[in-house]
Amino acid sequence: MDKMTQLLKLLENTKSIEINDFRMDFDELELQLMPAVQQVVQQAVQTRKAASEVLPMEDFKPPIQEYPGKVAEVQLGKGSRKPVYLGGQQALYRFEEAQPNAPVVTFDVFDIPMPGLPRPIREHFSDVMDHPGEWAKKAVKEFGANMVTIHLIGTGPKVMDKTPREAANDIEEVLQAVDVPLVIGASGDPVKDPLVLEKAAEAAQGERCLLASANLDLDYQKVAQAAVNNDHAVLSWSITDVNMQKTLNRYLLKEGLTQNDIVMDPTTCALGYGIEFSIDIMTRTRLAALKGDKDLQMPMSSGTTNAWGSREAWMKKEEWGPTDYRGPIWEIFTGLTMMLNGVDIFMMLHPTSVKLLREIGETFVKDYMTTDLPDISDWITQLEG
Amino acid sequence: MKVTAMDIYKLLPKTNCGDCGEASCMAFATKLSEKETDLKLCTPLDPEGMEKLEKKLAPAVREVTIGKGDKQVIIGGDEVLYRYELTYYNPTALVIDVHDELEESELEERINIIENTEFERTGELLTLDAIAVRNKSGDSQKFIKTVSRLKNSIYPLILCTLDPDNMKAALEVVGDERPLIYAATENNLEEMGQLAQDYQCPVALFVPGDLEKMKQLSHSLRSQGIKDIVLDPGTFVGDGIGDTLDNFVMIRRLAVEEKDEDFRFPIMGIPALMRLGSKEDPVTKSIKEATVAATMLNKYADILVFNGTDIWELIPVLTLRQGLFTDPRKPQAVDAGLYEFGEVTEDSPVLLTTNFALTYYTVEGDLKSGKANTYLLVLDTEGRAVDVSLAGGQLNGKSVADLIKETDIENKVNHKKMVIPGLAAPVSGEIEDDSGWEVAVGPRDSSAVPDYLLEKL
Ligand code: B12
Ligand code: SF4
Repeated sequence: MDKMTQLLKLLENTKSIEINDFRMDFDELELQLMPAVQQVVQQAVQTRKAASEVLPMEDFKPPIQEYPGKVAEVQLGKGSRKPVYLGGQQALYRFEEAQPNAPVVTFDVFDIPMPGLPRPIREHFSDVMDHPGEWAKKAVKEFGANMVTIHLIGTGPKVMDKTPREAANDIEEVLQAVDVPLVIGASGDPVKDPLVLEKAAEAAQGERCLLASANLDLDYQKVAQAAVNNDHAVLSWSITDVNMQKTLNRYLLKEGLTQNDIVMDPTTCALGYGIEFSIDIMTRTRLAALKGDKDLQMPMSSGTTNAWGSREAWMKKEEWGPTDYRGPIWEIFTGLTMMLNGVDIFMMLHPTSVKLLREIGETFVKDYMTTDLPDISDWITQLEG
Repeated sequence: MKVTAMDIYKLLPKTNCGDCGEASCMAFATKLSEKETDLKLCTPLDPEGMEKLEKKLAPAVREVTIGKGDKQVIIGGDEVLYRYELTYYNPTALVIDVHDELEESELEERINIIENTEFERTGELLTLDAIAVRNKSGDSQKFIKTVSRLKNSIYPLILCTLDPDNMKAALEVVGDERPLIYAATENNLEEMGQLAQDYQCPVALFVPGDLEKMKQLSHSLRSQGIKDIVLDPGTFVGDGIGDTLDNFVMIRRLAVEEKDEDFRFPIMGIPALMRLGSKEDPVTKSIKEATVAATMLNKYADILVFNGTDIWELIPVLTLRQGLFTDPRKPQAVDAGLYEFGEVTEDSPVLLTTNFALTYYTVEGDLKSGKANTYLLVLDTEGRAVDVSLAGGQLNGKSVADLIKETDIENKVNHKKMVIPGLAAPVSGEIEDDSGWEVAVGPRDSSAVPDYLLEKL
């Protein structure tokens, strides 16, 4: 035991002495004490003094806030699809107000075999990669996808330069194969994308798909019209910029779309690659919606698959452990972080990541303290390992 | 809410004596408001003024120090609910547990792994922060033995037992090092509180799933005069994760927005509980433990206890923590200019990159591990990545031409050839025109640069 604790012991054993009296004796003592010890003893005396104070206490009240605004609800899937609903929140957390819709995961499927996909994903789908319909079926049947995203990468002029007509055929194939709602993504070519989305939208008329995407760098008017004419919703994509998002949404609303026809993608920067930028943007966007900003009251989407571009997800490196585990974890962390900051729909690739994210997402629609909680009070002795 | 420099100034002695190292009281007040100096440096301030100011400057969440001297970690200190509003302070402490029923060799191995866990990212060495010692046996002798061994560890300790006698026995050994006492509960509150006072140690309050009771108990600890408290509202996993999250959020809201004194303390989460009674395979357990940790890291955990030690489980946790706790007010940048790698001569190649910390350190790591001998020009893009600064216009022909002049690289090498990142291909012509240098477009990812240099040059 060191000197300070000895002194404290001493104090403990002299309980009968009044603090005031004690202080007087103490003055003499003080002179001989080391300054550091002095300080501790004084603290202890003050502590004793504080102990006699009765602190006022208020009752516990859950910190529930009032929100003037509400997130719009967007329906995806209609006609021959089982519908899925996004958004609809009136509060930030479920302890404030029951949350209407659980987060939704949509599985990425491609119109070409995609040799570039990371191995941990390819190995799950290598048998179906030649047929987008089969691929979609596997994602739904085996891996429990709520939705499927069909990326028409093959339409890219530098990829296979498939025509919009061919793209429409691929859409038909996938629509036949599964009855979940679809996200229809193009190749990322600003000139061709609107043309591809237009034909794809016609092929899927009345099925209420999400057209991905409209942004300020392409003919967003054409994309919006394709949605209005064929009863689809539009993904409004901006790059980590709340004002840019607002502007684009306003333009889309002018084209005849309503709040219930738009989903926003404020851009997901992956874990370790600027995830904090996305956290800030998503948080600000959702708070603005609940505060009543009509231009930002749409549900949000995350391109969670961006996580696979991170080195830590794919690069072979002995000291970092197997990529088989790193990849899925990177995707989970990226998606989960977005989910906790307000995102409603996730575009993902790996079955394990999808499963875990959905499990957590499902708990969001339960009510506060309605789950049977296990007894963890003895974890110190009970935890193995 | 942050206090203003003026609010602080009013309570200072206003003599401008300079003892604090600042030119004036106002300058000192400004620094205090930015949390850039320590109030104690104002020696002329009387105790009463000191107390008033301390209270004023106290963050919404109290800062609690675990450990002492060069073996300490500070947790808490946050002022806001969302990082964009200011910044988060004191990165969440990451702790791994050991217990007192491990064989000696197992214990040694585990300590060794914990102490050597590190991961370098953007020039920062990310490591763990503390070790939790569990009194799994319930036996005080075994506990003391394990705690004694850990006294020599490089990390501060968390002593885990609900038995006050065993806790006291452990404190006899390491009580002078400010371990965190885990935990006071409704059944042992008095005794644990007493130990916390006797040994001047911080104490964790463990009240699973009942915030109302937690408030009462926190209140009575405070009434005992205890200041350094850590709150563990229980980590429930699986279907219970939603409740865990709700409790964490409520505690932090009450602290920040309502200034509820009973909740103005750091929050503790225990992802290790994911393993309690779990029948899953080891890999799934580790993935799930990390997932639980990510949930709590995002929503306000100040300290987390793990059981898993796999590096692939910890790397994402360390990375997420680093991201969350970067200061949004500061660009993440390195100094622009000319850098040298390996042995450079006038024949050495010249590469170009940007001064975003992540970009620079990624490239640096690749050049070092590939043992490249090369010059690297680092362009000031105000801390933006290659493709970001390309999109934003900071990376262009003129800015590169200026960099060439400023660094005087033309007098260091006998050629005018530069390799630019694959992603910068769109500005290769521009750079050639503005600088008169020949530009080669390199690989997209800098990990391929060392091989590229060997093959092409
Ligand atoms: C995070 C991010 C941001 C952050 C900024 C982070 C930062 N400090 O740079 C924020 C939110 C601020 C941002 C803003 C913008 N962004 Co941004 N952003 C990203 C994101 C998600 C990641 C960038 C990143 O961190 N990369 C990681 C670093 C390490 O990569 P790197 O610097 O390229 O380095 C690698 C290689 O280039 C190479 N390398 C590096 N040096 C060298 C050297 C040599 C010699 C060689 C051979 C190789 C090499 O190796 C490195 C390691 O792999 C990307 C999308 C993506 N890539 O995933 C979009 C992205 C870059 N952004 C984009 C855009 C459009 C913008 C904005 C213009 C949007 C806006 N709101 O106005 C602004 C521009 C801001 C400005 N410059 O003024 C687009 C660019 C599209 C394009 N090419 O035109 C992207 C690609 C997103 C997209 N898909 O549309 N962005
Ligand atoms: S030490 Fe105190 S009184 Fe002296 S200048 Fe600094 S703030 Fe003012």
